Amino acid sequence: MLGALIIVFREVIEAGLIVGIVLAVTRGLPRSRLAIVAGVLAGVVGAALVAAFAGAIGEALEGIGQEVFNATILLIAVVMLTWHNVWMASHGRELAADVKRVGEAVRSGSQSVFALGVVCAVAVMREGSEVALFMYGLVAAGGSTASELVIGSLLGVVAGVGVTAVTYLGLAAIPQRRLFAVTTGLISLLAAGLAAQAALFLEQAGILTMLSQTAWNTSWLLSDTSLIGRVLHTLIGYSDQPSVLQVVVYAATLAVIVVLTRTVGSRRPAPVTAQRAAAE
Amino acid sequence: MRVIAAAGLGLAIALGIGASLAAADEPATIGLTLKDHKFAPAEPTAPADKPIVIEVSNLDSTPSEFESKALRVEKVIPAGGKASVKVRPLKAGRYRFYDDYHEDTTEGFLVVK
Repeated sequence: MLGALIIVFREVIEAGLIVGIVLAVTRGLPRSRLAIVAGVLAGVVGAALVAAFAGAIGEALEGIGQEVFNATILLIAVVMLTWHNVWMASHGRELAADVKRVGEAVRSGSQSVFALGVVCAVAVMREGSEVALFMYGLVAAGGSTASELVIGSLLGVVAGVGVTAVTYLGLAAIPQRRLFAVTTGLISLLAAGLAAQAALFLEQAGILTMLSQTAWNTSWLLSDTSLIGRVLHTLIGYSDQPSVLQVVVYAATLAVIVVLTRTVGSRRPAPVTAQRAAAE
Repeated sequence: MRVIAAAGLGLAIALGIGASLAAADEPATIGLTLKDHKFAPAEPTAPADKPIVIEVSNLDSTPSEFESKALRVEKVIPAGGKASVKVRPLKAGRYRFYDDYHEDTTEGFLVVK
């Protein structure tokens, strides 16, 4: 039972962290709770479907269907996170400054909230499909220990939800003004890490073959299969043996997000300040 | 515009070189079976500096996830299913792999020499 709990918990951590961050990031944005709940539910349904069709997905595209599928949904998450960061850069200050004046921002904000709902769905679907497969295997194997293992798995899921709660409460303790800077940074690193994971799947599929050398090996220091390693893997994209390509993709994604966020962020607030001055 | 075109061309050439290098080197294929949550052979050998394809057949009635941090591989193989993973050219050494769902019983090493 403990074994099943640990395996499932390990898989759920990543989704739990991402949902926790998204909950904190969207605090105060209208309809964000609805979007996140819908995203998580869609993710659960998606996970069950992915697990049910694992065989068919794996055999698609001459055997690289699974890799292409994983890379695609990871890249969707990267785009959605980038979009949200850029949106927050242009409207976040207004939100923090004066909630009543941001009717316009709130209306366009629902798109950004939708994007993060998609991120939750993708995170839950990816991690959840492995959990669903594992539990499906337990049930299929049958035997006297199956029910105990299923209970262990369910406890693992509950522990994963606990990670979400801890992440959210931890971030919620940060003062609102500083929270914006923290979450912008978190989302940028999260997105870069997911892009590097996507690159890994494309390498595994044989689609990307350049720069495949191992950039460094820090598994002696911190294995990315350990608990801390897994948490850092999700939060900042830590990997103990990344390929050079993964490092390049990570750096490039981070650079693109920072440049986009900066340029949009520095351009937009000016007219808002002017309007506010005129109104006063 | 010219810069973008040049960058695009550069990228295309880089991808082309990558693809042709991959094509020029015939990969070494290794077969593995997973039965009763154990890999056979547990220590397959492969030549160094050549791309490798590992074909894993899961003969168990439960799904498995063929995983290796050292090989940078992570692939779900359904019960009774078969999957192949591509591995980059490796230096000589021992590379650990396992089934993520049964890590305690399914350890194997790819011996590259």
